[in-house]
Amino acid sequence: MTKFHIGVDVGSTTVKVVVLDAATGETVWREYRRHHAKSRETAAEMLRRAAAAADGPVTLAFSGSAALKLTAAAALPFVQEVFATRLAVQERLGDVDAVVELGGEDAKILFLTGGMEERMNGSCAGGTGAFIDQMAALLSLSLEELDALSFRHKQIYPIASRCGVFAKSDIQPLLNQGAVKEDIAASIYQSIVSQTIAGLAQGREIKGRVCFLGGPLTFLKGLRVRFTETLGLDENHAVFPDQAEYYVAIGAALRSRGTEEHTLPGVLERLEHARRQEGEEQEALPPLFSSEEEYETFRARHAKATVPAADLESYEGGAWLGIDAGSTTTKLVLMDGNGRLLYSYYAPNNGEPLPVVRAQLIALRERCAGRVTIRGTAVTGYGEELLKNAFAADHGIVETTAHHTAARAFDPAVDFIIDIGGQDMKCFRLRRGVVDSILLNEACSSGCGSFIETFAGALGYSAAEFAKLGLFAKRPVSLGSRCTVFMNSSVKQAQNDGAGVDDISAGLSVSVVKNAVYKVIRTRNAKDLGEHIVVQGGTFLNDAILRAFELEIGHSVTRPALAGLMGAYGAALYAREHTAGADAESTLLSLEDLRAFSCESKSARCGRCQNRCRLTVSTFRGGSQEGKKYISGNRCEAPLGLPGGPAGGGGPADDAYEYKKDLLLACAPRPGKRGKVGLPLGLGMYELLPFWHTLLTELGFEVHHSGLSSRELYLTGQHTIPSDTVCYPAKLTHGHIEALLAQGIDTIFYPCLPYNFDQGMGDNHYNCPVVAFYPELLTANIPQLGKIRCLTPYLAPHAKTFPGRAAKYFREEFGIRSGETKAAVRKAYEAYAAYQEAVWSFGDQALARAADEGRETVILAGRPYHIDPEVNHGIHKLLRSLGCVVLSEDCLRPGEKVPVKVLNQWTYHSRLYAAATFAAARDRVQLVQLISFGCGLDAITSDEVKDILEREGKIYTLIKIDEINNLGAAKIRLRSLLEAVRA
Amino acid sequence: MAELIYDETGRLLFTEEMRREYTILVPMMLPVHMTFLVKILREQGFRVELLTSTSPAITDLGLQSVHNDTCYPALLVIGQMMEALESGKYDMDKVALIITQTGGGCRASNYIHLLRKALQKRGWSHIPVISFNLAGMEKNPGFRFSPKVYLEMLGIVVYADLIMNLANQTRPYELRAGDADAMIERWTQRLLEQKLSVRRLSRTLAAITADFAAIPVRREPKVTVGVVGEIYIKYAALGNNNLEQLLADEGCEVVVPGLLDFVIFMGDHHLVDTRRYRIKWKKGLVSALIKVIFSFFQRRLIRAIRQVPSYRVPADFGIIKRLAGDYVSDGNKMGEGWLLTGEIVELIHAGIGNIICTQPFGCLPNHIVGKGMIRAIRGDHPDANIVCVDYDPGATRTNQENRIKLMLSVARERLTEKSA
Repeated sequence: MTKFHIGVDVGSTTVKVVVLDAATGETVWREYRRHHAKSRETAAEMLRRAAAAADGPVTLAFSGSAALKLTAAAALPFVQEVFATRLAVQERLGDVDAVVELGGEDAKILFLTGGMEERMNGSCAGGTGAFIDQMAALLSLSLEELDALSFRHKQIYPIASRCGVFAKSDIQPLLNQGAVKEDIAASIYQSIVSQTIAGLAQGREIKGRVCFLGGPLTFLKGLRVRFTETLGLDENHAVFPDQAEYYVAIGAALRSRGTEEHTLPGVLERLEHARRQEGEEQEALPPLFSSEEEYETFRARHAKATVPAADLESYEGGAWLGIDAGSTTTKLVLMDGNGRLLYSYYAPNNGEPLPVVRAQLIALRERCAGRVTIRGTAVTGYGEELLKNAFAADHGIVETTAHHTAARAFDPAVDFIIDIGGQDMKCFRLRRGVVDSILLNEACSSGCGSFIETFAGALGYSAAEFAKLGLFAKRPVSLGSRCTVFMNSSVKQAQNDGAGVDDISAGLSVSVVKNAVYKVIRTRNAKDLGEHIVVQGGTFLNDAILRAFELEIGHSVTRPALAGLMGAYGAALYAREHTAGADAESTLLSLEDLRAFSCESKSARCGRCQNRCRLTVSTFRGGSQEGKKYISGNRCEAPLGLPGGPAGGGGPADDAYEYKKDLLLACAPRPGKRGKVGLPLGLGMYELLPFWHTLLTELGFEVHHSGLSSRELYLTGQHTIPSDTVCYPAKLTHGHIEALLAQGIDTIFYPCLPYNFDQGMGDNHYNCPVVAFYPELLTANIPQLGKIRCLTPYLAPHAKTFPGRAAKYFREEFGIRSGETKAAVRKAYEAYAAYQEAVWSFGDQALARAADEGRETVILAGRPYHIDPEVNHGIHKLLRSLGCVVLSEDCLRPGEKVPVKVLNQWTYHSRLYAAATFAAARDRVQLVQLISFGCGLDAITSDEVKDILEREGKIYTLIKIDEINNLGAAKIRLRSLLEAVRA
Repeated sequence: MAELIYDETGRLLFTEEMRREYTILVPMMLPVHMTFLVKILREQGFRVELLTSTSPAITDLGLQSVHNDTCYPALLVIGQMMEALESGKYDMDKVALIITQTGGGCRASNYIHLLRKALQKRGWSHIPVISFNLAGMEKNPGFRFSPKVYLEMLGIVVYADLIMNLANQTRPYELRAGDADAMIERWTQRLLEQKLSVRRLSRTLAAITADFAAIPVRREPKVTVGVVGEIYIKYAALGNNNLEQLLADEGCEVVVPGLLDFVIFMGDHHLVDTRRYRIKWKKGLVSALIKVIFSFFQRRLIRAIRQVPSYRVPADFGIIKRLAGDYVSDGNKMGEGWLLTGEIVELIHAGIGNIICTQPFGCLPNHIVGKGMIRAIRGDHPDANIVCVDYDPGATRTNQENRIKLMLSVARERLTEKSA
């Protein structure tokens, strides 16, 4: 009788089964299927079908992340998937040097020759196949369409490749700014390639014959092209084998050789038995609703918050229009003078808000013609400026204002608003009718509406159906409250444990809510939120989410029937409130102009400063708009052709970030007898550059620093970063080393400094572990540093021992006389003192000037390295363009140690606490804290800084920054802050 | 409730009165070590409760109590305490908490402050928190001991380390399941009876070793896995999703470096700093003493294990330090500092090439001395089979297990090749 080997690969999104003839090794049967979260059922079903082909004794093994638990319960053999891949490749293809395999949510690299190594993506590096699915859904494209588009790209945008959430934050603004899908499709692929090279290979070169495996690399030809082009592989070196998507399954089948023999019906029996056995074991959350009645009561309660409507077809008179151009959806509201709703619109914008809004406006103008006069139009949301310019709206307002205005219409006493939209989550607390604190989700936790939508789509449901399933789930699964990437793998685990779609749906709702409550609002007590809570945003139309929210905070809330339209509704209200006369007319384009309107987008680089903003230039066509341009993507006003900035905005003289940057860049090389030395301008060097530069220059070295960072600089060093969760400023130092190497520098000096200078403002004066020891990491990870002289001594200028130790060090290392070093050290201390004095007097003067001119001062408080334009993404310029004087935390002269409730042991952080105390005690001085994603210490400082400010009734604003370059959220926040303090 | 007395900085003190009436809650980390500690404290008249809960509620309570981006160990330890306080088992007016404080440049020095903030957030500011440390930080009138008791506490580390080490080397091979654990129990009792005295140290260490060696075993080649990393995650089952059990179920022998090295490291790096930056030389004396005493203990422990040829002998602190020196300076001292790098290299040198490096997600020192050094170590030891695993409230077990299984697959394959 013929024997068979069967391999079953249960991945995160698909199941693959192969049946090999044991005698010939031929594949006699195979199948590839998406399992839509029903991995067990699908695997069993496929095996049942395989039985027709494998009608004899079989050996079999499972592989894939979703098979772990399944096989443990059924006592069937499990083979780790990377291991299985290697077996299959070695046996089937032989002569291969490296394997790149992309799966649903995993990415792997295997090096087979020259020191075998197997690597998988870390838990933070988001998926690949699932990531492409997510991106395609974001663009409203099928995978085939996406793939086809990618071949027609003209340029590639940098898209954060670390994880899906980040990439999304990069893509969304590109879309909103009008970038074309062809380019975005190719950019998405390219981001996967860089992630694979940077995140997985980490400096090890992928060369020789490279084999590409897994579903995405089988089906997506464009992705293949990106890989082969980037790796520089020709046809003989890029191997795309047949059945590439089956290699894990084949490896599992091969591995099963020699194991216990089964019959397929027997295996199915075991699987079934295992399922029955453990079905009830796992932890579950309480159901959202215990009965239909409970649900009905809930619905009835929420049905009360409605808005009266009037019939647009019969109405005559004035009307006001509000447009909310959100990240994924576009909303319109038209209301009459009594606030009655005449018309509303809510639909996804498929990444292209302009045509959607244009079509709507045309329709509205047509229906209104003669009867209804639009007296005012206001635009809000991500696409605010583009739309305002394109269609000549009267007002553009910040989202918080729009939502606040809307919420007040439902509950005049509203004191807390939470809005969960497609991409972002906004919460604000109101005190005496003024925004008192604003909370936005960070780039990392955008587990919002579009997440559920995409997830529902991936499981084959519409968002509404999916939500409905969750309402009466008996055992909602607990999925954690972190970012979507983690949720993805939590869901994977839940599936693994056998949870049903209904339980997953309910669990996701609870997760989104927990994310909001714990991650964004960060509260535990409903009383902290307020008495009058209004919830809104399209996501809250989902009853499961609303219910989960009420349950979580233990408090009932108001959900307006217009929950999804609140931004637009608020904008319309705003337009009505801000219309001058009773017979005013909106500046909105006429029907004729709208019909003629079109828009062309081109991208360009602004070359006016170091930020080198990637601009999208939209040129409007037709009617009165003909030839008008709108530029987006810029941080400051420079590319708009305005000198200095807009009216009321300050120039660089009002900006400590510019001032400090110029001071540092003035440290120029002076030819010296001892040759060149390079200083990487990263982390702590941003403050100590004047010290080290002077010391080494005085010693007769020609001192070159690596200059400011840029995206390109980052990319040159990306492949040697060993920990993908370290902060962005630390990652950038890899690029700085490359920059120095590229200059031909063969001596690099970068000391390790556990301690910083003691300014007497804290209990100790440490540097953080990353700032302190990163030089040692660089030497261990950048192979070229082994070939040159890279000096990372523990030479601490804060210590009294420094002159003596420095003398000894330079004598031993360079043969420099002690006297010479000691003189140079004196000069270095002077230079550092002069630098500090300059920065402090800048602070004094700027504060005085701001007070004289009656302007707002914002202390943009972070770390010295935040002056790097690639780190701060130009947020200081944004503040300047909003009319503020911008200081940094180190512009304030060190004073007394301020009382804090934490261990105040880091020099940089002592300044933060001091700056917060300073701002808290003064009118017209605000503090905005800049935090690098991944900065562990700021988990401690941010809470403390918040406390210090809020104790004195100040608004705390935090902006998290990373490699992503999305100023949208920062802008909303800063505008809201200023609006609140200026109110 | 006892009278609440504060020191000049406004810190609530743990008073003599509290010592008599309050129950102190101790978070779990190393089971053997902590059992000893609890027993000693009880003998001194304290009411002490060791928190052993591993309920999922701990994570939720942790998330509610501290900043989400705070390191996972802080989140768990504080969550565990909050769970205990909420359980209703304790008189809220007669309960105190204890937590370790390391005093380095890492976030861990702030755990105690985060705990106090969490208490305040819940309106429990009246609950005193005791700092447990070697550096003489935050003294409390009700938490002082006689030199004799201090000496007993020193004994905890060496005895518990030895017991843990021997049990790990015996358990996977024992013929009768449960023998090693029974032996742990037996020696825990016996040592407590003799009050963990270090007076007849060598003799006691030898006796413990002999008893473990007498457990009938069948030595067969097994995959041996070294577990290193951030101290809490490495040791606490709550932190690492019961990693040791997972490895045991996979049929592995687990090698976990002891606490002695860490204690000596604490003394050592302070001495290095003192010399390098010439600071607080008086404190340097304490560190020197710590280093001398514990190094002496370690030598005795090594000597005891060496008596049994079938046991693997742990490396001396000096050797680990020398091995680490090829990669990082001895000035790299925050968190586990160079010790972590040294432990990885030492394990490889000892022939244990399969290593799991555990850390909380985003652990700052481990970016450098853990993940940051793997490439250089692999460069020198191409066969090293190292996997780095991150732990945090959102990380899933499946993801962690899958990575560990990959490491184990390679390990098994090599074991087969070697025995073939």
